[in-house]
Amino acid sequence: MPGKSLKHAKSGQAAHPRKHAASLGVALALLFIVTVPLMAACTSTPASTQTPTPTPTPTPPKPANPELILATTTSTQDSGLLDVLIPLFQKQTGYVVKTVAVGSGAAMAMGERGEADVLLVHAPDSEVKFMQAGHGVTRKLVMHNDFIIVGPASDPAGIKGMSSALDAMKKIAAGSAVFISRGDNSGTDQLEKKLWKKAGIEPKGQTWYQESGQGMGATLSIASEKGAYTITDRATCLATQKNLSLSILVEGDPVLLNIYHVIQVNPAKSNKINAEGAKAFADFMVDPATQQVIAKFGIEKYGQPLFFPDAGKTEAELGSV
Amino acid sequence: MDLIVQGVVEAFKLLIRGDPEVLKITLLSLGVSLCATAVSLFIGITLGTVIGLTRFQGRRILVSLINTGMGAPPVVVGLIVSVFLWRNGPLGILHLMYTPWAMVIAQFLISLPIITGFTVASIQQVDPKLRLQVLALGASHWQLLWLLVRDTRLPLLAAVMAGFGSIISEVGASMMVGGNITDQTRVLTTAIVMENSKGNFGLAMALGIILMILVYLVNMALTMIQQRSKPR
Amino acid sequence: MRGGQAGDSLYALEAKGLSAILGGQQVLGIPSLQVYPNEVLMVIGPNGSGKTTLLLCLALLLKPATGTIAYKGIPVSDSKQVLQLRRRLAVVFQESLLLNSTVWDNITLGLRLRGVRGDEARDRAQKWLGRFSIAPLAKRQAKTLSGGEAKRVSLARAFALQPEVLFLDEPFNALDSPTRQALLEDFEGVLRETKLTTVMVTHDRNEALVLADRVAVLMKGTIHQLGTPQEVFGTPVDEDVASFVGAGNVLPGVVSEQSHGIVSVDVNGRYLQAVSDLPVGTKVAVYLHYEDITLSVVAAKATQSSARDQLRGRIVKVFPLGSQLKVTLDCGLALASVITKRSWEELGLRIGDEVMAYFKASAVRLIPKH
Repeated sequence: MPGKSLKHAKSGQAAHPRKHAASLGVALALLFIVTVPLMAACTSTPASTQTPTPTPTPTPPKPANPELILATTTSTQDSGLLDVLIPLFQKQTGYVVKTVAVGSGAAMAMGERGEADVLLVHAPDSEVKFMQAGHGVTRKLVMHNDFIIVGPASDPAGIKGMSSALDAMKKIAAGSAVFISRGDNSGTDQLEKKLWKKAGIEPKGQTWYQESGQGMGATLSIASEKGAYTITDRATCLATQKNLSLSILVEGDPVLLNIYHVIQVNPAKSNKINAEGAKAFADFMVDPATQQVIAKFGIEKYGQPLFFPDAGKTEAELGSV
Repeated sequence: MDLIVQGVVEAFKLLIRGDPEVLKITLLSLGVSLCATAVSLFIGITLGTVIGLTRFQGRRILVSLINTGMGAPPVVVGLIVSVFLWRNGPLGILHLMYTPWAMVIAQFLISLPIITGFTVASIQQVDPKLRLQVLALGASHWQLLWLLVRDTRLPLLAAVMAGFGSIISEVGASMMVGGNITDQTRVLTTAIVMENSKGNFGLAMALGIILMILVYLVNMALTMIQQRSKPR
Repeated sequence: MRGGQAGDSLYALEAKGLSAILGGQQVLGIPSLQVYPNEVLMVIGPNGSGKTTLLLCLALLLKPATGTIAYKGIPVSDSKQVLQLRRRLAVVFQESLLLNSTVWDNITLGLRLRGVRGDEARDRAQKWLGRFSIAPLAKRQAKTLSGGEAKRVSLARAFALQPEVLFLDEPFNALDSPTRQALLEDFEGVLRETKLTTVMVTHDRNEALVLADRVAVLMKGTIHQLGTPQEVFGTPVDEDVASFVGAGNVLPGVVSEQSHGIVSVDVNGRYLQAVSDLPVGTKVAVYLHYEDITLSVVAAKATQSSARDQLRGRIVKVFPLGSQLKVTLDCGLALASVITKRSWEELGLRIGDEVMAYFKASAVRLIPKH
């Protein structure tokens, strides 16, 4: 019945006030014409924004399943390292990577559900549990950077220069200075909680201990505003230093080592897991050429590297706990 | 305070320089939200007009649901859409997760109740005798719908502006279903959150200003259409 | 147009067995109603009598519970037919119901919906804008018009459609007196010229008298009387119509004497002569037109009148009725008459004066009570 009335409508419709019907129709048509190719363009094979290279490179291999979901942490994204590595990987292998930066905890949850193919995380204790539960099939050490304890230049807790991070944290707990935790189950957060535990301190619920629930950059700015202490990875601190009034107070203690692993999610979980892609990425991350890129990253901008490539070593060798 | 000034300056620099990254992000923001608004407008106005005009069992419950939907937290909508679009979810085979289309779907679901709800309210305010008069003039049901929509176009345009406004500045759902992936699903709002989290407040502010300029331009266009149709 | 088929009929519009139910109650029950081509049929009745419902059913805007409606003899059956038929009719409501656009757009909308375009549409619109004296308003936004102007637009819109049947539901009700009067005159002229078949609802007796070829009195959903205005106002068929029509006195009485077609009716102790065959003892409602009563001052020319009935009474109330005065007397029963203001002055009457009321026996109409 509506169909028949529609025919009627057309005959009457054409005679309607042309201005309004036409302009509305044109506007809507334009909307579709504009938005669909817009989005198509923005989602086409992403080229490196820095260097659009029309140079004729040997056509990269076209993998059977080019879509790869990489779940990783905010620090690898925030530091800018992935902005260099991912395009490189894509060009070399033809995979299209969807990098979802959610934090180590969430990344492993995704891996557990089979919603990601490969993980790049830095929460060793959780990772071990992850592997033991059979969610991951390979775990390779990629690189490390270190954490540092930062705080106000006035250093009310008096921890500057201490060599033991644990002792420094005990001092912070003893004093009345504020400590900002990320509280978001990220790799950084998990390390911080591990250290408190090792120091025998239960910070939760204490007035001097505040959780931001946010990424490293935001947490640092909170600490800076409040003149509080916090633990951060060196890379993010360097990257955001200009906006902060925080000083590096404690560094170098081996317990502060922040180690990154690449984990291939267990393909036995479901046939939707891109096992080949995961393997390709893992291999790429430990490949010597890539490791070189990692080693050089940040030198130009900050005068020092942000990450230290460690493929092939073990955690014990690095001396972390 | 100087951060805002810095932000404004940086915004202009980015715009004038035509920074390709920013351009891409901006166009994608616009594309996704306009597309979602367009679909939502079509379906919402039609649905709202039909609901506003007809009486049926359970109508009140439906209208309450729509009004509730207006206030639904976008991030919850994002979560629900994610559950459907995840690989292992019911619509996983569509491979829509972390694509702009997923964002269009989520934004469509956010703006639909707004546009529908406003339309129902506007149509209900129409004199019931007007409906009879239009039918008496010889309108078919579709023509009646079109004429009533045309007659209430002022409040309906306001509904569209409300719908668009709610999704262009939405971040929770876009982040969840889009993933803020470089060159693929990064839009202004998710980029702002990311830059903020990185500590690049100047850039975050600049992107925020660009977003507001965008919203202003779109609203200006819609307002011009609205005011032009107003009885002088 | 379509002729020579089984559908050809004497009537422009016919309704049979029509009934409508609103809110669980039956509001309309009309076994049969015919509208002749080119006639103006007015439907009058008190509020809530179902006039609007009847109009909506006839104009195919409301589906009746039972009954058939036939245009030019062809009954209406399915919804597709309804739409086509609607495009042959025009309806004007009490409110002007214009759309949010220009006057021109409003006038031409109906035409466009019916496939009339281009020059023809333009010509018709211009003609009717002119005919209702609103040509200068063509480009104005409809929402900015005054009540009277808007009503003219709504009328012009209807006439431009050149409908087969024109329906109007108390169109002048919401206007103030002077606007109403002016518009009524214009409207009457147009109806006379176009000779459109018209069905109009009103509760203004004046409009009915001026415009109608036939009047249907609708009360509580049924037609009590259908006839010319003279019939309805002059000889109401029952008490309800008589009181509603309000053109005369309605008094309860009993036939007390009957002699060769002349009866004596006992009305509250006073005896009126009337012409009737009703037997003694019949309970009646006496209907006496205001205009059939003549008043004169007492003591002057007492036996001049040839009227059979004479009553003496005192003026108790005077009320304007249109351009005349309704004078109510107490003659043992309440009796009212209308006289012109001039007569009132010439007779030098005042409230409290004693006067004589004269009327012919033939003017006393008896309506038997059930």
